[in-house]
Amino acid sequence: MDAIRTVSLTKRYKDQTAVDRLSLTVPQGELFALLGVNGAGKTTTIKMLCCLTQPSEGDAFLNGASIVSDAPAVKRRIGLSPQETAVAPNLSVRENLELMCGVHGFSREKRRAQTERLAGQFGLETILGKRAGRLSGGWQRRLSLAMALIGEPEILFMDEPTLGLDVLAREELWDAIRALKGTITIVLTTHYMEEAEALSDRVGILRDGRLLALGTPEALRARAGTATLERAFLTIVKEGEA
Amino acid sequence: MRLLAFSRRTAREILRDPLNLVFGLGFPVALLLLFTAIQANAPVNLFEIGRITPGIAVFSLSFMTLFSATLIAKDRESALLQRLYTTPLTAAEFILGYALPILPIALAQLAVCYLTAVCLGLPVTGRIVSAVLILIPTALFFIALGLLCGSVMSQKQVGGVCGALLTNAAALLSGAWFDLSLVGGAFERAADLLPFAHAVQLGRAALNGSAAGMGAHMAWVAGWAALAACGAVLLFLRQMRRD
Repeated sequence: MDAIRTVSLTKRYKDQTAVDRLSLTVPQGELFALLGVNGAGKTTTIKMLCCLTQPSEGDAFLNGASIVSDAPAVKRRIGLSPQETAVAPNLSVRENLELMCGVHGFSREKRRAQTERLAGQFGLETILGKRAGRLSGGWQRRLSLAMALIGEPEILFMDEPTLGLDVLAREELWDAIRALKGTITIVLTTHYMEEAEALSDRVGILRDGRLLALGTPEALRARAGTATLERAFLTIVKEGEA
Repeated sequence: MRLLAFSRRTAREILRDPLNLVFGLGFPVALLLLFTAIQANAPVNLFEIGRITPGIAVFSLSFMTLFSATLIAKDRESALLQRLYTTPLTAAEFILGYALPILPIALAQLAVCYLTAVCLGLPVTGRIVSAVLILIPTALFFIALGLLCGSVMSQKQVGGVCGALLTNAAALLSGAWFDLSLVGGAFERAADLLPFAHAVQLGRAALNGSAAGMGAHMAWVAGWAALAACGAVLLFLRQMRRD
């Protein structure tokens, strides 16, 4: 079964089309990367799939639930790690995790179990009592990812997860994302080609809201006749421009 | 359960911000001390502890707008709200989760204000409790106004509008520390249209045990609170759809 199926998904803002008849499928367990320059429609696509904004036309189905007609069911199936760190700064790491357990309506026992499990999974045990606002960017991103996973989502959306991180923090976050591969379906947007190449099973390239290419990093390189995904991306985007 | 978790977070965020404590608790106490010192050196009828305390109490409540608006604007800008919108929390839980925890904070602030007044010579009577409780609609007005402003403004705008403009309006147009009729004209008429002066009159009447005119003042304040609450709900829902 497909985890995500979009059908002519379109978003218009007045006279501007941010996402233009996007149709694609993402199988369960896949890590799918959406690539594109600024304004390509990556974040708008994620927002529509997370029920944060209504599509102007078309629909998408997340494990069978429609984003248009069954948003509550979609919300039970997804987790979002937004572009910004999106943590509560005056709450401790533990309290941030417990907040997410609470808004998902977990019992006290489940809250404790989930907090301990995710703290262990992301190496947060030693900083559980620290205020989130005082953590470094890398640790805040880890916490953000852990918060997105609290609700045991079937599909995880990550919008530019390593934006602004140093090389070491980025590598550590990649390890955390790699550890999730295969256990849940992941959709990430990124500007970094090496990130898409290192992590993703398949890549979709967006430009002006349209899907220009879709395939494995190897397939996209072969299609463009280039040695790197970055060159392939540039070739495909320029072809789309012509 | 979900509402409780979100409310707890709202309370923690507000109470753990040292600036909130300084403005919310320290400022009214400092003002009471200042006016008592003036009264001791140059006695003025308006600065008597029984008259000035209800005014300071109303002025202090204006900081509730700043607290709630800042928190919501910050949550919008940091994308925490966006994250929470993808959870099962409902619109009603969001609105109540932001508003309800601030009410006990407002009551605690009023308690500190009146406790300080008692220390400065306000006679201890049961009317103090009435004077605190009668300001609940005023507290709700300021909280709802914060929800409204936080839904449409950035943190910077909130600082200007709620931190400077509103607190000054609440101070000047409430008649807390000068008689509005001394200025008269359009200023007095504007003050009469707004809820601040009516809230101060309510507090004074409750503290004096006088029921005269209370109904009209209460209706005016409650009307403004209802208006602010309706605006807050509408604008919060609008930004929820937009974000």
